[in-house]
Amino acid sequence: MANMTMIQAITQAMGLAMERDERVLVLGEDVGKNGGVFRATDGLWERFGAERVVDTPLAESSIVGSSVGLAIGGMRPIAEIQFLGFIYETMDQIGSQASRIRFRSLGRYHVPLVIRAPFGGGVRTPEIHSDSLEAFFAHTPGIKVVIPSTPYQAKGLLLSAIKDPDPVIYLEPMRLYRSFREEVPDDWYELPIGKARIVREGTDVTLVAWGPMVPVAQAAAESALQDGISVEVIDVCTVNPFDSATIVQSVQKTGRAVVVHEAVRSGGFGAEVAATIQEGAFLSLEAPVLRVTGYDTPFPVPSVEDYWLPDASRVLAALRQTVGY
Amino acid sequence: MNPETEFPLQQVLDENGKLVGDRSQVTDDELKDFYRWLVLLRTLDQRAWNLQRQGRIGTYAPFSGQEAAQIGAAAALNKGDWLCPSYRDWGALIYAGVPLYYPFLNAMGNPVSGKIPDDVNALPVQVVIAAQILHSVGLAWSSKLQNQNRVAIPFFGDGATSQGDFHEALNLAAVVKAPVVFVCQNNQWAISVPISRQMNTKTIAQRALAYDIEGVRVDGNDIIAMYQTLKQMVAHARSGAGPVLVEAVTYRLGAHTTADDPTRYRESEEAERLARREPISRLKTYLQEAGLLSEEDIQRVDEEAKADVEDAVKKAEQYPKMAPESFFDNVYETMTDPLKKQRGQFQASLAQGGVTHG
Repeated sequence: MANMTMIQAITQAMGLAMERDERVLVLGEDVGKNGGVFRATDGLWERFGAERVVDTPLAESSIVGSSVGLAIGGMRPIAEIQFLGFIYETMDQIGSQASRIRFRSLGRYHVPLVIRAPFGGGVRTPEIHSDSLEAFFAHTPGIKVVIPSTPYQAKGLLLSAIKDPDPVIYLEPMRLYRSFREEVPDDWYELPIGKARIVREGTDVTLVAWGPMVPVAQAAAESALQDGISVEVIDVCTVNPFDSATIVQSVQKTGRAVVVHEAVRSGGFGAEVAATIQEGAFLSLEAPVLRVTGYDTPFPVPSVEDYWLPDASRVLAALRQTVGY
Repeated sequence: MNPETEFPLQQVLDENGKLVGDRSQVTDDELKDFYRWLVLLRTLDQRAWNLQRQGRIGTYAPFSGQEAAQIGAAAALNKGDWLCPSYRDWGALIYAGVPLYYPFLNAMGNPVSGKIPDDVNALPVQVVIAAQILHSVGLAWSSKLQNQNRVAIPFFGDGATSQGDFHEALNLAAVVKAPVVFVCQNNQWAISVPISRQMNTKTIAQRALAYDIEGVRVDGNDIIAMYQTLKQMVAHARSGAGPVLVEAVTYRLGAHTTADDPTRYRESEEAERLARREPISRLKTYLQEAGLLSEEDIQRVDEEAKADVEDAVKKAEQYPKMAPESFFDNVYETMTDPLKKQRGQFQASLAQGGVTHG
């Protein structure tokens, strides 16, 4: 057990997986000697060598497309896309290839591939580096989408993703990389993909979040106590497959729901959550399901991003609105 | 640099069936077998066209004219090597061991055509242009990492060389020295766009220079040149010397697909002139003049091809239809909860007669 940050937990998980299974290799831009631009692969090149920690040419489609071949050929690639905003360069290799090889070949081939990508705002990056694009992949059959929110979750979910026989997009909230530490077991452990997590129990409102919005939701829930509002916070953990049962059960208890995500509002995964709630808990609802999200604009420049990003005060306002409905 | 002299067209058998080069790496028996394969695949392809016109199969992409390029390359591989085809490469797949009825099943919308038999290392046909080229790099790379000594061949056309994935694949393969033999079938047309609108270069082979890899230009309608050159190139890749780019110069005798009419964009003069270069007649002439193929042989090969193709048509038409709910299978190894729920709803609506299609 060690007290560590999320980025350390991610590095440790990859090191463990590479020790345990020699088919596991890491590939991407600057992941080798440099240890990744966020140091996620720090020390792996020294430990496992340049054949297993591979600095690729600077081309995202070739990173994912060759990983598809590597995976079909018996390897277990972990591909890093340096920032999620650059993933558009390889959308075909994800959306039409990695996700469909099992389906296309009726199970003769499968693609045990993990695509890791940092994402989200709050760290003053240049243009394109902060975009939250999880909804694209929640909308893509054949892949799984995992978004951790704590160091403990990050390690256990990444180990599950590496063991998973199907392609997993593993999205790392950049601003949580080093924002706090928690106790993380040194050994191998797995957390289930497709299972939401109740972060905090409550009775008045269900507050649904994932990734970088989980701490924001927790802060808002804490503030709401002052108003006498008891908030149940749920971390979705994986948006594909989506654990609707945990959320529906919670709303059946609370009668109210607010969904928070950093991504732009329209067509965001929050809409899926809201639709699922009204399908599954309609008669329990005391108020419309509310969304607190980024606005329908490109992610703005760093000088104004704090105005754009959902924060605890916007979430608190939504909590008050739903209780006062 | 003059690309056409730097990358001269490798030819052993000219379009009149005259030997113009060395054929020492191919035996008489192999040539007779190639002839049989060429006739079989041409028969299959033309039958598929007719079946589509009769409404018995759906959209089909014919490969007539390109049989030698596909067979010559596939024949140069060892068992266990990887083949990554596009939708026009059924010839290569069938030569490698995929059943003759698969292209019919594919055009009938039966997904079994994607289930490559376990003893054949080939990917299902790729629809997205150039995507499979990157898969072949990963497959060859995985072989290298696991010391499997396998080579990968992706098949693609001249149009695919305009895609980013083509460039990214050649670059990555060159950097990691992946044993890939990139086989471009330059059939002169990407649907309606001629090669002169597709690229500014005189040859495709010359692009090898940009990646500092081996490049070669072959008469793709000359099965002897294809087979002998590919044998060499496969050995080069297998030795660890890095990837190779092969430009097989050929011609699409027919349309892009059954949904296309090439008379809208191709001059009949060109089509007639280039049709004379097609691969079967020249091999037939050569074998006849060399005393390796009699009139009886020709007739027997034709009859056997027809019988095999009719048998394949029958197998495809009698193949069990896909059960509707099976589209929920093979999305993931273990069906996810949301999918289980959707399948349950689908089955319930089927049971209630709520779904009336098909």
